[in-house]
Amino acid sequence: MTTLHAKTPDKPRPRSGLSKGAKEALMAYGFLSPALIILIGFTLIPVIIGFVISLSNFRVIFREWIGFDNYTRALQPDSELWPSLGATITYSLISVPLQLSLALGLALVLYQKLKGRAFFRVVMFLPYITSTVASAAVWARMFSPDLGLINAVIRAFGGVGPKWLLENKGIFTLMSQSMNLNLPDWLTGPSLAMTAVIIYTTWVFVGYDTTIFLGGLGNIPNEMYEAARIDGANAWQILKDITIPLLSPTTFFLSLVTIIGTFKAFNHIWVMTRGDNGTMTAALLTYKQMYEFQRAGYASALAFLLFTLILGVTIFQQWYGNRHTNY
Amino acid sequence: MANTYANAPQMKFKFGRVALYLILIFVGILALLPFVWMVLSSFKSFGDFINIEFSSVPSALKSFWPWPPFGTSPPEFGNYPEAIRRIDLSSTYKTLTGIPLLARQFFNTFLVAAVSVTGVLITSALAAYAFAMLEFPGKKILFVAVLAALMIPEELVLVPRVIMMYEPLSGEALASQDFIISLIPRTGWQNTYAALTIPFMASAFAIFLLRQYFMQIPKDLFDAARIDGAGHMRYLAQMMMPLAKPAFMTVGLLTFIGAWNEFKWTQLVTRDLPMRTLSVSLQNFLQTDGGAEGQLAMAVAVMIVLPIVILYLFTQQYFVEGVAKSGVK
Repeated sequence: MTTLHAKTPDKPRPRSGLSKGAKEALMAYGFLSPALIILIGFTLIPVIIGFVISLSNFRVIFREWIGFDNYTRALQPDSELWPSLGATITYSLISVPLQLSLALGLALVLYQKLKGRAFFRVVMFLPYITSTVASAAVWARMFSPDLGLINAVIRAFGGVGPKWLLENKGIFTLMSQSMNLNLPDWLTGPSLAMTAVIIYTTWVFVGYDTTIFLGGLGNIPNEMYEAARIDGANAWQILKDITIPLLSPTTFFLSLVTIIGTFKAFNHIWVMTRGDNGTMTAALLTYKQMYEFQRAGYASALAFLLFTLILGVTIFQQWYGNRHTNY
Repeated sequence: MANTYANAPQMKFKFGRVALYLILIFVGILALLPFVWMVLSSFKSFGDFINIEFSSVPSALKSFWPWPPFGTSPPEFGNYPEAIRRIDLSSTYKTLTGIPLLARQFFNTFLVAAVSVTGVLITSALAAYAFAMLEFPGKKILFVAVLAALMIPEELVLVPRVIMMYEPLSGEALASQDFIISLIPRTGWQNTYAALTIPFMASAFAIFLLRQYFMQIPKDLFDAARIDGAGHMRYLAQMMMPLAKPAFMTVGLLTFIGAWNEFKWTQLVTRDLPMRTLSVSLQNFLQTDGGAEGQLAMAVAVMIVLPIVILYLFTQQYFVEGVAKSGVK
């Protein structure tokens, strides 16, 4: 920066003729260009390219234009998209409420004046920051039917450990089998492999969710609690009538983030099951079409369909949230 | 419950505290157990690794800790060099260069993470400064472009980005290509560091976050600096960046961890093993020897996780605060 002052006075100053506003604008464009070139070049333009490709038969090389055939193919009644959407929605509908309710409970515990709570916050956040490929590899080992930690514990209590990630059957089916009941076909529940993936997901994200809930709890003014206590409210009433309603913006934000997260979830499912045994979510299906079969056109069409769905969920949640959260 | 304890407030107090601590300890153990299991497993022989037996307390202790005093095996430090050796068998890299393949992949991972962090911090600081402090035509529309980029999930642009990494068409191939398809820019970055870094050297989220931070800094400060002769560049570097240090730390650390753990993209655009990163290498290893001999895979997992855990332990307040703030909006 000192070189600025060391400039010799007779050096030509090219911008001296420009007005102050024009100079500022030029500077602004200079400041913006590195970021905007990358964002436009590698995020915005690819959206258009992706749509164009989705209208073609493109496998490594472009073959032909086929209009909306990739979309109509994906939306056929016997398309693999439907089971994968089913898996995605199952994953989402179970893991989001599970994560959020556990996280809310933990946040309420950690909000108490307890010794060592800072330490627990650090420990709980650890799963979230570690490589999901590495931690999913560890969990896949722990879920191993014969050699895994989890089944060893079950065996120690006299049980017979299930096949976890290798089990395609639904959890309700497995439970009813052990009780010699017969369940109707539609009531199979998520596959056991999906259940294992959900357990892993909960382990990874509860610490993150708890941290955000703690931020939300910190925003509730103390006077609210004091006023409630003066009115003679007990702990349950305070939780039900003060904490939970006033926390609703945080809950709303978190549910949005976690639902979108479950729709996009990839690394850990890929490592744990590669999409086998009822865990082929739409995100995995899309990736598989590109990675294993090089079907760029079809994969693009699937990505657009998934994006439309995510957008729809987001818009619905915004609309619902605006009506039901207390700001 | 409430009624039972209403007459004995002190007992309620003690019972409640103990229960809360028990919950915390239980959750803490659950959070740490997979890490502990991973580290312990990485020092076990294959025999000890597969021999897990919880039927009695001594055998359970031995399953975790097969070394003295609970067991008789010596710690197997050899898993780490053995994992490195097995990974070397998958390519000719070691024989050609003398450098272990995993060391190269470590270097790749670190390089990609470091370049991404530096890139994101520089491009985002400049852009955020322009949006927060400068006036220029087209400000609104350019900010809308950033917001649009913020809302587009990576998954949507994965496939077109891969095609943009293909080798450029030339000569006859270009001439015979469909006109619209020939308009797609092709960089030829496939299998290079450029593909792993350049698309990730800007972040709409970082611009947005830093702009929020910059706008909170009073403008009077700039006027004062201006009187002292500081220009925009100097004001950004010497005033704004130190003041917004927590935001820079949060953005930098989240970018570093995201890049370190990145998997999908790297697997799609790298072909040669010496261009791959640790996550992809571990996934490949799990498909081969690491799947059969889990203790070797655990050793590789420890090597991937350890640098991030150390970084996190030294900087955790920025994570926890940064994430808590991102939720409050």
